Amino acid sequence: MSKSKYLNENFQQTRWAENIIYEHSIDGDRGILPPKTEPEILSEIDESWEIPSSLKRKSKLNLPEVAQLYVLRHYTRLSQMVFGNNVANNIGLATATMKYSPLVNENLVRMKQVAEIHPEQDVRTLQGILEIIYNLEQALKGISGLDHFCMQPGGGAAAIFTNAKIVKRYHEDRGEGDQRTQIITTLNSHPANAAAASSAGFEVIHLPPGPAGYPDIEALKAAVSDETAGLMTTNPEDTGLFNPEIKEWTNLVHKAGGLCVHDQANANGVIGIARSREAGFDLCHFNLHKTFSIPHGSYGGGAGAVGVRDDLERYLPKPRITFDGEQFDLDFDLPDSIGTVRSYLGNTQAQVKAFAWIMALGEKGIRQVAEIAVLNNNYLTKKIAEIKGASISFYPDNTDWRIEQTRFSWKDLNRDTGVDTEDIRNRVVDYGIQTYWPSHHPYTVAQPFSLEPTESVSKADIDELIEVFTRVSEESYETPEVVQNAPHKSSTAAVNPNSFADPPMSWRVYQRRRVT
Amino acid sequence: MADKEFVHPYIPNTNPTSTAAMLEEIGASSIEELFQSIPDHLRYQGSLGLPKPYPSEIELRRNIAKTLENNISFEPHRNFRGGGCWQHYVPSVCDEILSRGEFLTAYTGSRHANVGSFQAQFEFQSMISELTDMDVVSYVTYDWGSAARTALGMAQRITQRCKILVPKNIGPWRSSQIETLLFNSDIVWIDIDPTSSQIDMNNLRDAMGPDVAAIYIENPCYLGNLETQAEAIGALAHEQGAIFIVGVDPLSLGVVEAPGTYEADIVCGTVQTLGIHMFAGGGLAGLLAMRDEERIKTECPWPILGLLETQQKNEFTFGWANFNRTPYELRDESEDFIGTGQTIWAIIAGVYLALMGPKGMQEIGETILQRSHYAAKKIAAIPGVTLPMENAAFFKEFVVNIDDTGKKISTVNAELTDLGFNSGTDLSKSYPRFGQAMLVAVTECHNKEDIDTFALTLEKVVS
Repeated sequence: MSKSKYLNENFQQTRWAENIIYEHSIDGDRGILPPKTEPEILSEIDESWEIPSSLKRKSKLNLPEVAQLYVLRHYTRLSQMVFGNNVANNIGLATATMKYSPLVNENLVRMKQVAEIHPEQDVRTLQGILEIIYNLEQALKGISGLDHFCMQPGGGAAAIFTNAKIVKRYHEDRGEGDQRTQIITTLNSHPANAAAASSAGFEVIHLPPGPAGYPDIEALKAAVSDETAGLMTTNPEDTGLFNPEIKEWTNLVHKAGGLCVHDQANANGVIGIARSREAGFDLCHFNLHKTFSIPHGSYGGGAGAVGVRDDLERYLPKPRITFDGEQFDLDFDLPDSIGTVRSYLGNTQAQVKAFAWIMALGEKGIRQVAEIAVLNNNYLTKKIAEIKGASISFYPDNTDWRIEQTRFSWKDLNRDTGVDTEDIRNRVVDYGIQTYWPSHHPYTVAQPFSLEPTESVSKADIDELIEVFTRVSEESYETPEVVQNAPHKSSTAAVNPNSFADPPMSWRVYQRRRVT
Repeated sequence: MADKEFVHPYIPNTNPTSTAAMLEEIGASSIEELFQSIPDHLRYQGSLGLPKPYPSEIELRRNIAKTLENNISFEPHRNFRGGGCWQHYVPSVCDEILSRGEFLTAYTGSRHANVGSFQAQFEFQSMISELTDMDVVSYVTYDWGSAARTALGMAQRITQRCKILVPKNIGPWRSSQIETLLFNSDIVWIDIDPTSSQIDMNNLRDAMGPDVAAIYIENPCYLGNLETQAEAIGALAHEQGAIFIVGVDPLSLGVVEAPGTYEADIVCGTVQTLGIHMFAGGGLAGLLAMRDEERIKTECPWPILGLLETQQKNEFTFGWANFNRTPYELRDESEDFIGTGQTIWAIIAGVYLALMGPKGMQEIGETILQRSHYAAKKIAAIPGVTLPMENAAFFKEFVVNIDDTGKKISTVNAELTDLGFNSGTDLSKSYPRFGQAMLVAVTECHNKEDIDTFALTLEKVVS
């Protein structure tokens, strides 16, 4: 076995064997007491408050009954069985841009002037938050080169949908709505591009990757026509390869009468380096919970931001924030707006954190984010490629340096040992690091795995991951059954494969099935 | 490129020692070289126009906080505004669990490495399942409106029909969201009875037919009223093979009957009322629950966790049971879009429900009913102030009309703001039929003294 500096041979993840909350229940125990209505009120309102009998709850409410300390302990223990980014190496979760979420930003949004604010209160009392959101819009304009921003979408997919809807409205207004029915995307763009375009009523054309990892421009030429409504693509794609012909792409689509939408959900490798505008995009979106440090919240805290060029501003969701030089206000009177995609102003607490993150970094810091993310990734990529059985996707057809993430393959390891990428995902956890993301669907690389060491990770963090992967490769060749039966040292044992078929989706269903 | 002088605490490898070691290892002469695949014409050399930063934490905190202090946070007991985002009490345990960095900074990750967050999500599903009397609950959506849109889209796919019937009592936000988010639909807006804001059954029956995919109702609706005809509406939907969808505030479900009991097929609603701060609207998330029927759950685009057994006796883990039905796999075969949502709020809502238990949910429901009815009575006693739906059943919120005072709600609310009250939402634009009216929300945060003070102040302002 290889010599290791960071690898923890003796790791054991916390394993509380914590019961389901219902199993903690003791009839009559209380977790918290709501206030009781004053007798003076009761004597004044007779029975008029009561729910009409047809709607009054008669069915038993089966919630757990647990004393306060034990609710606290239960959830604290559950939290201890989570490899959050504050706890463990999360380089494996590529495409998610796992970076440090500064604690000072959490402190800021817990101020009562954020936490205890109603979104519809008098606009004179919302000046602070409106100023911050407005200033964040200005910052995103500079970062993308686009002219106007709106942050109402509740997440990245919602932002992509918003953009698809704007594209649709644009063509409808030009009398070409019935004609321009196709959106072109790429197989290695996030699936949300295809799904959101379909949800907005478009037919979707997928361009497969060419030998260089991104689609050949000839494929785009063949796909573009007078039915093209737009192009929706990431660049760089999840492979980490930058398409250097992107300007020719946007020119082609524009020439055909379509719009170009840049999926910048993860802009971590190009922020401050290359912008949507120079590449010819008309619209873009950012995920504040990726590039802009918002914590991922175990699958959200999502927050999306959409940006557009001047001529598309009128379609942005409403309300929009306005500033007359003195006061911030909300404008609802926007007849051409596509409407509302989420209530109010979006995930406002995420917007405050994103702005604070930008203000901690400034222009120089923002560029360093991309520079160091790309340095980290190329260091990681070189080291991973040296591991037996691992290879870089689309290499050597494309020997370019990768941008912020790389898609790799275990195909050689799988051929040699029978161990597959799912086995390795389970095994790396035994060494105290987060699992990895293989690839979005469809897999364009065999036995894929994807890694993204953002600017937040240290060289030691990357070296730890390399040592773990090296060790697991060695195990795969020497004792493959150890890898195939993993995990062994996690919070739980490996899954009983029989339980994947039709698993119960709530505790009551599980209980019912157990009885029968 | 990289400034050798500036080592940022968020970016450890800006340290020149690390940078040099890594460049040497990969055989690159500079960081600049790593960007060679980005052609010059796409490289941006200009200024991003960002303000001067505050790299030191103390300056950052001080300056951002200073801006935020330009917001006014009304005292919880002086906040009477709801309409989609509500002032409820957040238990200390909820705040403590929210501060756990393990939950907060994790992504989905592995069912082994992150079994704790998977279990918390499964418990949320299980407790919402009991509240709504639905066997299947998904991950949370972006907000109530997006959950309603998803439910309606599911109904269209289940029935292969387009037409949906939606009452006019669901408020401006969700109305606009449904119109914006659903494509290829024929939305028929159903009239409401102006004395109760309940559905006009004659209008509903006229609109109903074999081409209807779904009837959507809210209980309580945006205007606070309860829909006592819910069971009959559900039966009407089912007679024609349509899906019956009910939107709820889950905080009411300790006292209001579970929608599953009156035959709802899909339930949507907010999650924010369950132990989550308002965060100026940032605390929203939407719940989505459904019957355990293949034809229904197979159309759910949001992930649903299933309980898995491990190879260790009596040990569980959890996994996405419907990945192949989500847009992650379906891509353009999906007619809905999902992505990273608001799961942290599902975890906190689970903590809240575990604290409350069945008695807590019943008691808080009763307290809210009693105090809101008391508030309605006090406010209705103000000269010139009336309740347009005086005899209708409601939960937490009610409509107040001030036409007879000759004043405008906008003026009255501005004065109340200056007196330290966040008054009810102005309905004069969204519901002109109610005249100069506002939607007042009363919760467990308001005791008798708070309500009396608000009523007295309102009386002074309108007189």
